[in-house]
Amino acid sequence: MVTFTLNGQERTFDGDPDTPLLWVIRDFEKLTGTKYGCGVAQCGACTVHLDGMPRRSCVTPIATIEGSDVVTIEGVSGKEADAVKTAWAGLDVPQCGYCQSGQVMSAVALLQMVPKPTDADIDGAMTGNICRCATYHRIRAAIHNAANSMEG
Amino acid sequence: MTIQDINTTRRGFLAGSGLVIGVAIAPKFVSAAPTGVRGGGDPALAPMNAFVKIGTDDTVTVLAKHIEFGQGPFTGLATLVAEELDADWSQMRAVHSPTDNKVYANLMFGLQGTGGSSSIANSYEQMRKAGATARAMLVAAAAEDWKVPASEITVQKGRIKHAASGKESGFGAFAEKAVRQTPPAEPKLKDPKDFVLIGTDLPKLDTQGKTNGTAIFTLDITPDNLLIAVVAHPEHFGATVKSFDDAEARKVQGVVDVKQVPSGIAVYADNTFAALKGRDALSIEWDLSKAETRSSEELSADYRKLFGEKGLEATNNGNVDNAFKASGLQTVEAEIVFPFLAHAPMEPLDAVFIKADDGSVDIYNGAQFPGMDQEVAAKILGLDEAKVRVNTQLAGGSFGRKAQFGSPYMQEAAAVYAATDQTRPLKHMWTREDDIRGGYYRPMYAHRMRGAINAQGQITAWEQVIVGQSIMGKADLDPTSVEGASNLPYTIPNLKVSAHNVQLSVPPLWWRSVGHTHTGFAVETFVDELFQKIGKDPVEGRLALLGEKPRHAGVLKKAAEMANWGSPVPEGRARGVAVVESFGTFVGQIVEVSIGPEGTPRVHKVWCAVDCGVAVNPNVIKAQMEGGVGYGLGAVLFDAVTLAKGGKIVQSNFHDYRSIRINEMPDVAVEIIQSSEKPSGVGEPGVPPVGPAVANAWRHLTGAPVRQLPIVNIVSA
Repeated sequence: MVTFTLNGQERTFDGDPDTPLLWVIRDFEKLTGTKYGCGVAQCGACTVHLDGMPRRSCVTPIATIEGSDVVTIEGVSGKEADAVKTAWAGLDVPQCGYCQSGQVMSAVALLQMVPKPTDADIDGAMTGNICRCATYHRIRAAIHNAANSMEG
Repeated sequence: MTIQDINTTRRGFLAGSGLVIGVAIAPKFVSAAPTGVRGGGDPALAPMNAFVKIGTDDTVTVLAKHIEFGQGPFTGLATLVAEELDADWSQMRAVHSPTDNKVYANLMFGLQGTGGSSSIANSYEQMRKAGATARAMLVAAAAEDWKVPASEITVQKGRIKHAASGKESGFGAFAEKAVRQTPPAEPKLKDPKDFVLIGTDLPKLDTQGKTNGTAIFTLDITPDNLLIAVVAHPEHFGATVKSFDDAEARKVQGVVDVKQVPSGIAVYADNTFAALKGRDALSIEWDLSKAETRSSEELSADYRKLFGEKGLEATNNGNVDNAFKASGLQTVEAEIVFPFLAHAPMEPLDAVFIKADDGSVDIYNGAQFPGMDQEVAAKILGLDEAKVRVNTQLAGGSFGRKAQFGSPYMQEAAAVYAATDQTRPLKHMWTREDDIRGGYYRPMYAHRMRGAINAQGQITAWEQVIVGQSIMGKADLDPTSVEGASNLPYTIPNLKVSAHNVQLSVPPLWWRSVGHTHTGFAVETFVDELFQKIGKDPVEGRLALLGEKPRHAGVLKKAAEMANWGSPVPEGRARGVAVVESFGTFVGQIVEVSIGPEGTPRVHKVWCAVDCGVAVNPNVIKAQMEGGVGYGLGAVLFDAVTLAKGGKIVQSNFHDYRSIRINEMPDVAVEIIQSSEKPSGVGEPGVPPVGPAVANAWRHLTGAPVRQLPIVNIVSA
């Protein structure tokens, strides 16, 4: 039995302890904003926040997160999350949209750690998130816009 | 479609005939509105026609006959309707239409389908007529109610007004009454000079749900008691199951069943992880007797043997053979080999099946040809087509992957469902490995080019031989193998283009921009080499040969102007040019490249000019150019699916089938040529020019022409 919090609520899981957090979130908790894209931590579509840090949930066995705090796209909040979502809408970033939950989660984590990121900071934080529609150009601009909107 | 068809459809809706089946796309077990777009399942919607419903709450919902997987048809089709309806953008919504090959036919295909960058092009008048029809019916209803002449009523930003009486209303109040009005025989469309929405950067309708995680894709449909199924596939194309042992798989907690299906061994489980773990635990012996066992290298050698043989003639202008015999010529030759490419959309293929109490089946999938999926699934499930409803869902990309003759993916998924007792809903999904190794690639091609330059520095002859699979499965010439080459835009007096079809058990498919993925590269790099040989500037040289192609010349001039072509380039960098027409849209690109840290091209900047006729939504067009540049660039730099010695597929996931990432994405500037031509598509045309433009810049920078793709292989070789 594994106990953790998901978007602020205490949850337990008593299935196969090898089950990746991604499939616990999607199949058992029925929160579908977190996506499957590769299963091997190559694409970032499954990014969640684990104790405040971005984490690829597809390679995180549920047994390893006892007592941890998990936040998904459905639960992410705060000024950075608001700024990122507003900036994403402002530039109409998504195309197919499938990777964008992961992009948003990575971007929010970046801004929580680095409120005014440089292009190099953005490369460092966002390189793990693939977008096959290649919306990268707008993702970069939206992160800068979000950072600017949080100033003052 | 004629207005009579729209009327027929409207009657069908009102009568509750088969046409309304599938409109109720929000069954109770689906956890959210299936498309995740505002207003999806509102029951209080009055159907004005097959494409427009108006809610009593003033919302206008457009039933999009084209799937939304990123190229913007929800927004584009809604814009066309809103323009003629004189709606306010804030009241517009879009959902996928039901499946119906007649009512919702792509007017270029003759059946329902999305592809060929045709969504706006084929809908431009149809959707405007749908909007104008709905407007006329609302006005007629208001005139009747207010007892004033319809001709005195105006509509603006979603408000119906009669100035003399001071009466005013939104659409919702007349939605029910409007349905009873007779639609106009031929609704009057606006003069383009009066457009207020077309041509503006309206915000996309699907952005919000795709930003906050509420957009629902096929993978997100999670009815209670759902069974998850995955299939173990062979690692060789054409291999079949010889024998298998499922004892270990059945021991996995959560695995429910294992069955052989035509394409492999299916594992059924209560959750996704159990299905995957069960699949890993299978022991399968494959029969390779009919499999493709040649390696990519061997295939390449076999392809090139065909260069000297007589092929299928595509173009033969002037007399190429004689032209090459002239004296005082310089000749240039090149052979270019293109690899198999996987589409690798973010959401691998998937489908959900749910049986209703009456024995009919609802299928939820990212259907690019929904009518074909319906036909195939009905056959495999042993049901009448009317008892199979294909509910098109938002899809995490496609790039051509989901547009398939005979719906082979649906054949597998339906067979997996048919093998169960169908008492539980079932989700069939592919993993990324299934996707990369699943075939239906952009085929391998080999091109041989020969060019002749006379003593005056004119290109007098061009011969091109293209060897590869026919995507259309043709025995004779496949136009998609030679498009872009057979209609070479440059004026060259002696031109000969031919093709050879080869047969492989690696299934081929169109990949974003189809033939132009390779012909654009071959033509635009080779012509650039010829100009270099003559000592002509790449832009000036092209313009001189584009005298009969003003739209090609227009985008090339615009891109050159944007890049300030001819101005000094920073130390260590070079620029390359390419211009390609595809799907009726013209795109010119100039790129600036240096040698990156891996020794591969680092693309800093792309200047892109596009002429797609009337620009319905400039922001969406720019987004498609940016995305097309990234998609095309990633493939040219990094991607190949290769067959090892013995025919085994080498790549399996994003670690070895590499996608472009944010740190490799260039800055892209886009300008749209102002045009009053009918709109053409933008989903694909941004892709073809970037590869040859980068290869040209690379040759200018390093002296090395790119003869084999991806570039990363030749640089690291």
